Amino acid sequence: MNALTDLTLAEARAALVKRDVSAVELTQSFLTAIEALNPRLNAYITVTPEQALAQAHAAEAALARGEARPLTGIPLAIKDLFCTAGIRTTAASRILGNFVPPYESTVTANLLRDGAVFLGKANLDEFAMGSSNANSAFGGVENPWHREGEPDTALVPGGSSGGSAAAVAARLALGATATDTGGSIRQPAAFCGIAGIKPTYGRVSRFGIVAFASSLDQAGPVARTVEDCAILLGSMAGFDARDSTSADLPVPDFAAACARGVKGLRIGIPKEYRLDGMATEIEALWQQGIAWLRDAGATTVEISLPHTKYALPTYYIVAPAEASSNLARYDGVRFGLREEGEDLKDLYERTRRAGFGEEVRRRILIGTYVLSAGYYDAYYLKAQRVRALIKRDFDEAWGKVDAILTPATPSAAFGRDEKQNDPVAMYLNDVFTVTANLAGIPGLSVPAGLDAKGLPLGLQVLGRPFDEETVFAVGHAIERAARFTATPSLRAAA
Amino acid sequence: MSYTLEGATGPWEVVIGLEVHAQITSQAKLFSGAATEFGAEPNSQVSFVDAGFPGMLPVINGECVAQAVRTGLGLNAKVNLWSRFDRKNYFYADLPQGYQISQFEFPVIGTGEIEITLADGSVKNIGITRLHLEQDAGKSLHDQHPSKSYIDLNRSGVALMEIVSEPDLRSPEEAGAYLTKLRQILRYLGTCDGNMEQGSLRADVNVSVRKAGEGFRTRCEVKNVNSIRYVMQAVEAEARRQIEVWEEGGEVVQETRLFDTSRGVTRSMRSKEDAHDYRYFPDPDLPPLVIEAAWVEQLKAALPELPDARRARYVGEYGLTPYDAHVLTLEKETAAFYETVAKGRDPKVAANWVTGDFFAGLNRTGRSIANSPVSAGDLGALLDLLKDNTLSGKLAKEVLEVMVDTGRPPAEIVEQRGMRQVTDTGAIEAVIDDVMARNADKVAEYRGGKDKLFGFFVGQTMKAMQGKGNPTLVNDLLKRKLG
Amino acid sequence: MSLDTATVRRVASLARIRVEEDELPRLQTELNDILGWIEQLQAVDTQGVEPMSGGGNQALRLREDRVTDGGIQQEVLANAPGRADVFFSVPKVVE
Repeated sequence: MNALTDLTLAEARAALVKRDVSAVELTQSFLTAIEALNPRLNAYITVTPEQALAQAHAAEAALARGEARPLTGIPLAIKDLFCTAGIRTTAASRILGNFVPPYESTVTANLLRDGAVFLGKANLDEFAMGSSNANSAFGGVENPWHREGEPDTALVPGGSSGGSAAAVAARLALGATATDTGGSIRQPAAFCGIAGIKPTYGRVSRFGIVAFASSLDQAGPVARTVEDCAILLGSMAGFDARDSTSADLPVPDFAAACARGVKGLRIGIPKEYRLDGMATEIEALWQQGIAWLRDAGATTVEISLPHTKYALPTYYIVAPAEASSNLARYDGVRFGLREEGEDLKDLYERTRRAGFGEEVRRRILIGTYVLSAGYYDAYYLKAQRVRALIKRDFDEAWGKVDAILTPATPSAAFGRDEKQNDPVAMYLNDVFTVTANLAGIPGLSVPAGLDAKGLPLGLQVLGRPFDEETVFAVGHAIERAARFTATPSLRAAA
Repeated sequence: MSYTLEGATGPWEVVIGLEVHAQITSQAKLFSGAATEFGAEPNSQVSFVDAGFPGMLPVINGECVAQAVRTGLGLNAKVNLWSRFDRKNYFYADLPQGYQISQFEFPVIGTGEIEITLADGSVKNIGITRLHLEQDAGKSLHDQHPSKSYIDLNRSGVALMEIVSEPDLRSPEEAGAYLTKLRQILRYLGTCDGNMEQGSLRADVNVSVRKAGEGFRTRCEVKNVNSIRYVMQAVEAEARRQIEVWEEGGEVVQETRLFDTSRGVTRSMRSKEDAHDYRYFPDPDLPPLVIEAAWVEQLKAALPELPDARRARYVGEYGLTPYDAHVLTLEKETAAFYETVAKGRDPKVAANWVTGDFFAGLNRTGRSIANSPVSAGDLGALLDLLKDNTLSGKLAKEVLEVMVDTGRPPAEIVEQRGMRQVTDTGAIEAVIDDVMARNADKVAEYRGGKDKLFGFFVGQTMKAMQGKGNPTLVNDLLKRKLG
Repeated sequence: MSLDTATVRRVASLARIRVEEDELPRLQTELNDILGWIEQLQAVDTQGVEPMSGGGNQALRLREDRVTDGGIQQEVLANAPGRADVFFSVPKVVE
């Protein structure tokens, strides 16, 4: 028999409702696994076993009364960017010190409402800025996958939601919350061989999530299957009057949409995503994905998204600009770290120097510069115009296609010591994912194959605004065809 | 004659523009549900949004938008159906987010105009450049500790309207008149209580000087002046300082200054050194503010009558002098009081009593309309007693004094104190007969041609009647009996 | 556009991040690399294109004017690294 930690979220839910498994037993097996593996993986910054067990007991009681909600008794990891009432929230930064929010983010409140159990707070790149999880004040996360024959070469799990993705891949949670500003859900999902969706901007409330770049940030789930992501998103999503950018739309039954199939769907294949020097394995996987979808009854259409190549530089103006302003509140006055200084300005400068890591400081400086007098038009305004063109590319594509298929990342997971000294090379990780953030559209990363060294690779499905249902249907079709059953070398009960 | 300041090199013109920050009258703050009440326990009216906590997001208060639109309409200004919020980025201890949410590029209200009246009776139109919505900052207390400043965030996030005038003002008097008029309009509209002591209305004063016929020279901004008198003083102090700089061959540097009210001078503000690089950009937490034209029409239809219209009506319909109309419309409460008194009565008589004896009574007791001991209804009732001859004018004045002192209604005072005037001719004649009998010599002199003695007989008669004789009857009967 | 050290210093001061003198050259190089890479945007023809601000395209929803928050003085002050009774406290500010 499989270990409990090997169940998918949907399977675990069925077993809980049938009372084949007790919620306490399920949670306990994850806590045991965390205890065994987290010291090496460092996927969690904070583990909350007492809270988790208390929630599991409550879930067990609810199940006994026959009052199961959509996630009753399901153990999850929460990216440590979501404020959780009474539980330290760090954003993986020193600057938040021992900040304990007296409030709950809307997403985590929704999950609690639906009966979820929180195992702890997952590691991430500081303030969600990074693609490797190396930028965490609490140390990097190790990817549970390893290259064949190199069990001691630690690889990155991707970022910024590296702790969430690694925890789910290593079976240290059934699913996790994550956030995506330029690819921070989809890239780590691809690196860790799991699924993850960044929904449409406005689908999930940002209230109570530590902000990085407000016009790009969206929360979404990572989980081992597309259907598990659909179940989690169903609970996370929904209108929230406390977020002025939240869309007042009903939440569809995403899980039901998974089984729709792709018959008759038109799938766009954007030629601009075929990069010079792209690994042949990535290209081959993409072609394989096209074949799978055709076999399942979809038609594929080559499309053009001509401004794609400008997406990354656009992102690296817009995101740092917003971040430079969003992170101004970390000033050592009302919460978090304070480094005393000879006057207030000195206090600010010392606090922010000591509190922010190198990458965060770099982005704040870039953002401050592009907004500063004399440069606003040339950088920020220019970027917002190019952003409008990127969105227009997609708007025009939706006239011809129902969804778009691309690779999720330009490579498989890389080693901890690679790319760390060249910010621009690191930024290129997001080349396929960042367009969805700029255009505000949903994007799903699905594990679809392995590279020559046995590392997972993902495909990405993009969809129309607020049409996550089609995205799930396409993603599910790929998942079925890919029959991705490989498992990471480091995992619970392995 | 236009206002100038004399320097060593001759006369200088002063150019003034005002940026007025008016706290919007609302229950809750602009972007949070915390209360706005003045004087609460420090940091007790603060939400996590106001304190800039991680993950907190702004949600706009619709009433604050309505108040801005009403004010725009009251300033004869253009309402922009599409506007947007921007972030103004700077670090300050009482600015929790590290930015102020304001409207930089696209304000909710565009150009408008108001009319000011000066002491010599002349009128002048002052252009309004714009009105925009923004959040207030918290309050820093610098005098509580020798080496620390204390921060109270109760005011953080309270809705403000920043109302910017064109540089159309040319003297301290005009600046004062403009601010007075603006305050009057806001109070009529009920969009700001205009309370300058509590900081609900504060002005940043932009001042520059120039020689006649020149274009504009460099201006300085004197921040946060909190009374009309100080605005007028600050204009003059800053203008004199600039004149001195120019005349000594120096250059006025554009900067932010503070008015030191105790010394009557302005000084440079150290904390504003980043003032020239606020890194404005559209607030990504807030979609654009889109207003329906129909809603603007609805707000317009429900606007109260504004001071200019009311003053014109008092002159046109009621036949009041422009001066009385001006005095009665200065404060919304006064006008409302007056209209209650005047309703169904002679408006001119009502105006005389309100601006005359009633105001004198308030002055004497240090009260205002808001806490007047005499209600408008009671003052009206007093005028009725005057009209139906229950009281003479003189008696009515006495009754009003008692009303001011006791707050009792006039009929009760008249009854209790027997202040009703005597109109019984028989009774008056009896008194006159008695006066004439006691002053037979004066009667003879009067009849001998000494007409001036008539006043003596009136006085004696009234005195004997304790002032209660009806003056007309006393006169008529005396004339007949002496004649 | 490339940054000189004075600009890096000014930007760091605007951002209130302390930068040591000996870090300036490396920081300057890194920032210039990033800015140089961003520079490719200038090649895009954006004539007549409205800038896109914000992630969605809806308009603001107006909240009701009711007091629904505040009255949480202790919670607001609980995380403060510098506090004096009911106030936050900072080094004295000269205005």
